[in-house]
Amino acid sequence: MTPNPRPAPDLNRARDPAVRFDSVGLRYGRGPEILSDLSFDLPSGSFHFLTGPSGAGKSSLLRLIYRARQPSRGLISLFGRDTALMPRSALPELRRRIGVVFQDFRLLEHLTVFDNVALPLRVAGQARASYADDVADLLSWVGLGERMHAHPASLSGGEQQRAAIARAVISRPELLIADEPTGNVDPAMGRRLLRLFVELNRLGATVLIATHDITLVRSLEAPVLELADGRLVSRPRAA
Amino acid sequence: MSAPGKPRRPAALLPPDHARDRPLFAVAAILVFLASLAGFGAAGAWQAAEGWTAQLSSELTVQLIAHDARDADADAVDAAAQIARLPGVIEATARSRADAEALLRPWLGGAGLPDDLPVPRLIAVRIDPDAPPAPGAIEALLGGNPYEVVVDDHARWEAAVQRSAGTVRYFALGLVAILALAAGAVIAFAARASLAARWDVAEALHLVGAPDRFVTGIFQRRFFFLGLKAGLAGAGLAALAGYALAHGAGAAGAVFFLPVPALGWTAAAIAPGAALASALIAALAARLAVTGELKARWP
Repeated sequence: MTPNPRPAPDLNRARDPAVRFDSVGLRYGRGPEILSDLSFDLPSGSFHFLTGPSGAGKSSLLRLIYRARQPSRGLISLFGRDTALMPRSALPELRRRIGVVFQDFRLLEHLTVFDNVALPLRVAGQARASYADDVADLLSWVGLGERMHAHPASLSGGEQQRAAIARAVISRPELLIADEPTGNVDPAMGRRLLRLFVELNRLGATVLIATHDITLVRSLEAPVLELADGRLVSRPRAA
Repeated sequence: MSAPGKPRRPAALLPPDHARDRPLFAVAAILVFLASLAGFGAAGAWQAAEGWTAQLSSELTVQLIAHDARDADADAVDAAAQIARLPGVIEATARSRADAEALLRPWLGGAGLPDDLPVPRLIAVRIDPDAPPAPGAIEALLGGNPYEVVVDDHARWEAAVQRSAGTVRYFALGLVAILALAAGAVIAFAARASLAARWDVAEALHLVGAPDRFVTGIFQRRFFFLGLKAGLAGAGLAALAGYALAHGAGAAGAVFFLPVPALGWTAAAIAPGAALASALIAALAARLAVTGELKARWP
């Protein structure tokens, strides 16, 4: 995969954590709080796992990070900016810095795998000629080189998951968040995908992976955020 | 590495939705058809009013009312000859008693009038509308004669014609505006339905960093072209219908407001103008609807 050019990092901004939660709570409507008193930092360039049983609030926490939801209380800052104070017009630029792997993939059925993966680059206004090789290379790397013309409906769950991961990483985001990214692939492919995340992290991206897979968590010496009933029961040691 | 067989053209981000588009196309085409006919009506009324006004302002009618047993026809011929010499008069023609009786026939019947009934004689005067005779010139010219002179410069008819034509014109323009609003509302509704049906597309684009204008743009383009196609179909049919009517019933004067070649470029511009307006209204309605929906869903 050929890295896309990216501007030189702002050293002042680089000192800010990529993600900061300060006493964050979340409730849907008038229901009970499903996330309570979450306070943690994800330093820029760090790699974390997010674990916890089903219903613990992992996906909701990820939604707060990519700002699909606003917290009911508390402060969330991304790349040093308070998301509550961020104007709506700043969201696209923010989201381009974040790659998200959704648990339900969210691939567009009428687009081929190639076009799905290229979507972030197309939205960013890049010319097709400038990214076609990168997309093809990445698809080959995740084992979908022969399936790039296929539509998602004809792919297996594992193949769709790999396509979703490729879409999340194609634009080399500064922050990658993944919701159960290896849930539908065999262990060998799971390790291969984890290597992709590690490689992105080595290149400077902050990575947060939500997973049930204890084997995956143990395969890497990375700090773990553990959620239970909407609260953090373990958090990484301060850097 | 360059993989063989990479797709050359990106697929449309918003897939075609023929099941939804066909009824919308039909409704939009019908609205444009009706709006175009109304537009033709407005243009025809405008044209007709100008024609009638020009005709009225280039003519006068002079009545000679004799009070004793004079030869009124001879008086009329003499008066017409005098009037014809006035500056600003192009032609003056005396009408006979028979002509006057023909004009009265709708009111008094065809049984003939008694010979002793004083029937005013009429003189039709054609004047130069750019340099008409001075006001009162005819009355002054004929004032010394032993008959009464009444000059009708058609001013009250001209005002009535202009009022009537203006009413038709503004009614037609109002109809065009109402139909445009209806088209906009229908298309806004359809755009919202389309967005709801393809929310997955909007959401995926949003989550990979597409600004609202990008998402709005793909819906706007789609509805622009749908509106353009529907507009061309509706306006084209309206032009054909108008032409057929104008050269059928219109040739007999029954549908004065429909376009005939004499209507000129204004009427000729209505059909393509309506198609373009349809496209722009569709694009604007889709833009407003989708922008509002995006802001409501992602405040």
